[in-house]
This record gives sequence, structure tokens and C-alpha cells, in this order.
Amino acid sequence: MTWDASLLWQFDLLILLMMVICAVAALSLKDLVSCAVVTGAYSFLICLMWTAMLAVDVAFTEAAVGAGISTVLILGTAQYIKRRSKD
Amino acid sequence: MDELFPFIIAKYNYWASLILLFIGLYGMIAKNNLMKKIIGMIIFQTAILLFYVSIGVKQGASVPILFFSEDHQPLLEASAYANPLPHVLMLTAIVVGVGTLGVALAILQKIQRVHGTIEEDEILEDMRQ
Amino acid sequence: MKQLTLIILAACALIMLVAASELPDWADPASPASSHLSPGFIEQAYEATHTPNMVTAVLADYRSYDTMFETVVVFLAALIIMIILRRTPHRRFCKILPQRPQRKGSDTVLKGAAQMIIPVMQIFALYVLGHGHYSPGGGFQGGVIFGASFILLALCYNLRFTLTRFRERLVLLCCAGGALLYAGIGALCLSLGWNFLGYAALAEILGVSEAMARSHGILAVEVGVGITVMAVMVSIYYDLASGGDMYEGL
Repeated sequence: MTWDASLLWQFDLLILLMMVICAVAALSLKDLVSCAVVTGAYSFLICLMWTAMLAVDVAFTEAAVGAGISTVLILGTAQYIKRRSKD
Repeated sequence: MDELFPFIIAKYNYWASLILLFIGLYGMIAKNNLMKKIIGMIIFQTAILLFYVSIGVKQGASVPILFFSEDHQPLLEASAYANPLPHVLMLTAIVVGVGTLGVALAILQKIQRVHGTIEEDEILEDMRQ
Repeated sequence: MKQLTLIILAACALIMLVAASELPDWADPASPASSHLSPGFIEQAYEATHTPNMVTAVLADYRSYDTMFETVVVFLAALIIMIILRRTPHRRFCKILPQRPQRKGSDTVLKGAAQMIIPVMQIFALYVLGHGHYSPGGGFQGGVIFGASFILLALCYNLRFTLTRFRERLVLLCCAGGALLYAGIGALCLSLGWNFLGYAALAEILGVSEAMARSHGILAVEVGVGITVMAVMVSIYYDLASGGDMYEGL
């Protein structure tokens, strides 16, 4: 029979809390390369969130695209701009 | 207070996606650096995706891939699987989002080439001269 | 300015939070999102298309127009980035270009790791594409992983080395070829008398039942999507990481 994928709300709450912390950190850090890395961490956490919500195709795509391609693109652009932002 | 706690727990996916949405929106509006605006856009997009995907969850359901019992009979009950429609729409949204991110970063590089900076107030000053 | 933004956004957030309390409960099987179309999809997708993965069946068969136009949009994004950034190096009219660190010599560890990982990644990408019917996966995921293998090659070796392996002209041909394959299958179905992208038309050519013909049609369009997405990821990396020169990447 299908397994009972009951959603532990404590687990989800912990991941959501870490996501909010990563989002606030990605917008407040001054070094742009660190912002790119924290955005990659945010993508990984939301991939976990979707696996907990049983959306496995979406989680696969987000892991490949968000954590792989998007981080590399931001890092590739960050070599042309001033690395320290003023706010 | 007794009924407030189940009320918060019953709809916490909406609260979570709204909090992330407004963090992203604050980043897009209030930050001076253009790269921070782009990161705010990424956070905003993922908050919307979270909202849609969380609508399709069902209690006690499983992954939307058909389950076959031992004698190769498919289990065709709608309440045993999570709703596949939001997953489909959000797959498209993720891939289009990465295209949008690419174009935004290309415009950012071009602005850096033409104006020499990516802080918004310095760009405006440069444009006035 | 920032405090004003914060106050206005906090007010909007409060209003939206109050409005969100009217929405249906989470994980409710009788919620309106799960009551109209989706039980029909869940119950009839297997006997109509012989695809256990319902997401792939809905994505490539029931909503194939959306997927086709999304492929076109992502192809367009690659073209736009190329138009914005691509330039020849001796026409520089930039103000400040910070010095990029030059790469000296070669790194044995990176090259050895790349030689071991990249073939495995490409076979895994083809597996994900082919098994989209039976497990999570499909065209997008396989295409992105395949493209990421070329990006890994460019990171561990040189951008110029990767350009000798996968030239820019071939990249653009693959971008366009995948979208053409998708629309071509649709036109083939149209020319045989069915709807555009009605894969049951392929039953006459392939000689199988209608449900199996739809399954093969789904596989063919997923291959098209995978080719386009792979080429688009590589093209976007080539343009963004080298700033348009195609000389040196990250």
C-alpha cells in the first residue's frame, strides 16, 4: 500500500525558519560572492521543502536549476562588478 | 488561545510564503545595489512557487507517480496522490525563471560596462552628466 | 526611504495575511484545487497515455502547448543574452573594467575529477530523460544536468577548450533544433489529420495502440525539450561568464 507520508510540522517549520534566515542574510550581506553562495543554500532548502511537500519533479528541477545553474551564473557575473556593495 | 494555535498550524504554508514574498519585495524595492535587487527577484519567485505547490498537498497522500500492486493493478484513487497540476505549472515557472535571471544578469553587465558602477544612486548621477 | 518602504510593506503584509486566513486549509483533500480537473487527470492518465508519472503525462500531453511555448521562451532568452553581450574585444567603450585574475598553469586535481565525473553526469542525464515516464525526471531535468556537465568542463579546464568541444554554432543549432523537433512532431500529427500535438496520430505510423503512441509522442517531445534546455544552459554560461569575449570564463 502507499506509505503514509504524514507531514511532520516541526520539520517543515525548521526548514522554513532556516529559509527565512537565508533570505534575510542574502539581502544583508555586503560581499556579493557570499550573497551568491547563500542564495545557493536558499535554493537547496526550498528543494528540501518541496520534497517534504511530495513535489518530487519540482524538487529535482529546483535542485538542478536553482542550486546548480543559478549560483554559477551569479558567480560568473560577480567577477565583472565591484565585489563589495554599499548597502 | 486554544483555537489560535491550530489556526496557525492549519494554514502555515500561506504565512510562510507571504513572509518570503515580502522579504523578496523589500529587496527589490529598497536596496540600492542592482545585484541585491536581482537576488530579491529570485526570493520573490521562489515564494510564489512555494505558494502554488503547497496548494496541491493532500493529507496522507503520496508522490504523483502511479503505484502498482503485486499483481500489476494500478491504484487509481484520486485521494491517494498529491495533485499533479500545480507541479506541472511550477516546472514551467522554474525554467522560465532561470531564463529571466540570465537576461537580468546580462543587463547588469551591460550597465556596469556603460556606467562603471551598479549602485543605483551613482548610476543616476552618471546619467545626469 | 527604506523605513517608509518597510512600513508600507508591513501594512500590505498584514492585509494579505488577514486575507489568507480565508483560503482553504492546508492538505485538505476536498479543497477546490483538488476537486475539479485533477481527479480526472489522476484516474485517466494511465489508460490514456501509459505513463505512470502523472506530472510528465500532464506536462507533455495534456498541456503540451504550454511546454512548447516555454521551450521557445527559453530559446529566446539565450538569443537575447547573446544579442546584449556578445562583442569582439577590440571594440571596448567601457569605463571601468576591473582586472580579472589570470589563470596560470593547470590544476591536476580539478582535471582528474572532471575526467571522472563528466561522463557519469552525461549518462545520468540521459537516464533521467529516458526514465521520465516512470520516475521523477523528464526533459527539463535531463537537459539541465547535461548542460551542467559542459559547464563543469568549462570550470575545470578552460573556456576555450570547451569551445573547441562544443562550438557556438553547434550550440545555437541545438537550441533551435530542439524547439523545431517539438513543433515538428506537432505538425506531423496535424498533417495526419488529428489535432496539433495530438499524439494519437502516430499510431498509424508506428503501428502500435493509441495509448502507446501517446507514450512515444511524450518521449519524443521530451527529447526535443532536453536538447534545447541543454544548449540554452551552455549558451547562457558562455555569454555571461566570459562577458561576451568567449576568451576566458570563471
